[in-house]
Amino acid sequence: MTALGQVIARDLKVAFRRPGEMLNPVVFFAVAASLFPLAMTPELSQLRDVGIAVLWVSALLSSLLALDGLFRTDAEDGSLEQLILSPVNLGTVVVAKMTAHWLTSALPLVVVAPLVALAFYLPQAAVVTGVLALLLATPTLSVLGAIGAALTVSLHRGGSLLGLLVLPLATPVLIFGARAMDLSLGGESPAGPLLFLAALLALAMSLGPVAVAAALRVSLE
Amino acid sequence: MWRLLVRWFHQLASPPYFYRFAGRVAPWFGVVGGLLIVAGAYGGLALAPADYQQGDGFRIIYVHVPSAYLSMMAYVVMASAAFVGFVWRIKLAHAVAVSAAPIGASFTFLALVTGMLWGKPMWGTYWQWADARLVSELVLLFLYFGYMALRAAFEERDKADRASALLAVVGVVNVPIIHYSVIWWSTLHQGPSISKLDAPSIDASMLVPLLLMIFGHTFLFVYVLFERLKGEVLLRERQARWVRKLVGTTA
Repeated sequence: MTALGQVIARDLKVAFRRPGEMLNPVVFFAVAASLFPLAMTPELSQLRDVGIAVLWVSALLSSLLALDGLFRTDAEDGSLEQLILSPVNLGTVVVAKMTAHWLTSALPLVVVAPLVALAFYLPQAAVVTGVLALLLATPTLSVLGAIGAALTVSLHRGGSLLGLLVLPLATPVLIFGARAMDLSLGGESPAGPLLFLAALLALAMSLGPVAVAAALRVSLE
Repeated sequence: MWRLLVRWFHQLASPPYFYRFAGRVAPWFGVVGGLLIVAGAYGGLALAPADYQQGDGFRIIYVHVPSAYLSMMAYVVMASAAFVGFVWRIKLAHAVAVSAAPIGASFTFLALVTGMLWGKPMWGTYWQWADARLVSELVLLFLYFGYMALRAAFEERDKADRASALLAVVGVVNVPIIHYSVIWWSTLHQGPSISKLDAPSIDASMLVPLLLMIFGHTFLFVYVLFERLKGEVLLRERQARWVRKLVGTTA
């Protein structure tokens, strides 16, 4: 098995040992989204208007929740240092860790998102676009988040800082993701924003791991 | 000639040399900047005629445009210095990045406030979400806050330098993406009176003061940057002999 596969397998194993912790972000997502109707008049037209915004903002916030643990536990027990010292390229390790993180924290969110979207009476076309957009957007969010997590991993209270570092960088993802669903809602083709999301993903996947690896080296040197 | 220039550049990276250099050069930037701003303000507030559409309200551009330009310029300066500091481990470059951040944040804040004050009579509201420039200035302000908060969170200066440098570089890659995505977003939600500031042509009597103000503010930025740098260099080198000699404590 390659190093990439091994790190992914290890991280998945660690994550599945604590399924409760793994599901926290998804539960947070569902809870946060279902609070919005309680704070307004739950009428179909109004819910539909805000549904997309609620979905994306809740998804952004819940993705923050899982980030702090991305490198922290490994940094605390010393395994991250071992990974840095190992002959394997740190960028590969970072890609592996981000993949495992995406599988355990973002993928469940993508699965639950249609339910949330339906609860806001969004039509089927918008829901399908939403799932596609989230599939393209969440890896970018994982990369952006991983940069923030790597920069703050040596800080004791990095968690509160993470939001401030990551959320402004996530604005384009939010804009294009919400816009894609908006277009579907209006019966138009969402291809444009989806392609933008794919472009952001390509950029994040190619440059992101380098930045994360550099940030980890800074944090642990 | 070239070798002299290179030598001078290397010398400049030495803190005591730079401290003296900044002390000599900074006042000139301050004086020139001050004169340009006074001239530009006089030209803009007294000589330039009132706009036929916006009346005297347009005159706020003499502060707004230079601030908006410098808010982005300062970010570029900060990120370039941070990059140089990160790659070649030049401490002075990190000091430049640190010193540029609060100035950039201040200009961003000023651009936001003047934009809002302009918006009140023009749009009838202080804040117009549909205006892309205001929104992307706001995101830029948040980026500055993130940079400064990350710096403040580290106790070791060296680590703070390198971590915040990375964030600045990541930020500068993202700034154009954020800017254009916000513009794209706002064109879909366009309000009625957005492009009033984008006059197709601007009369020389209005343009010349604006250019004077832009140059004046840029000089002011360099002046403040040098002054902040002097403090930053002293702070960083406070254990060094030359600083002790300078402040008159012998140990």
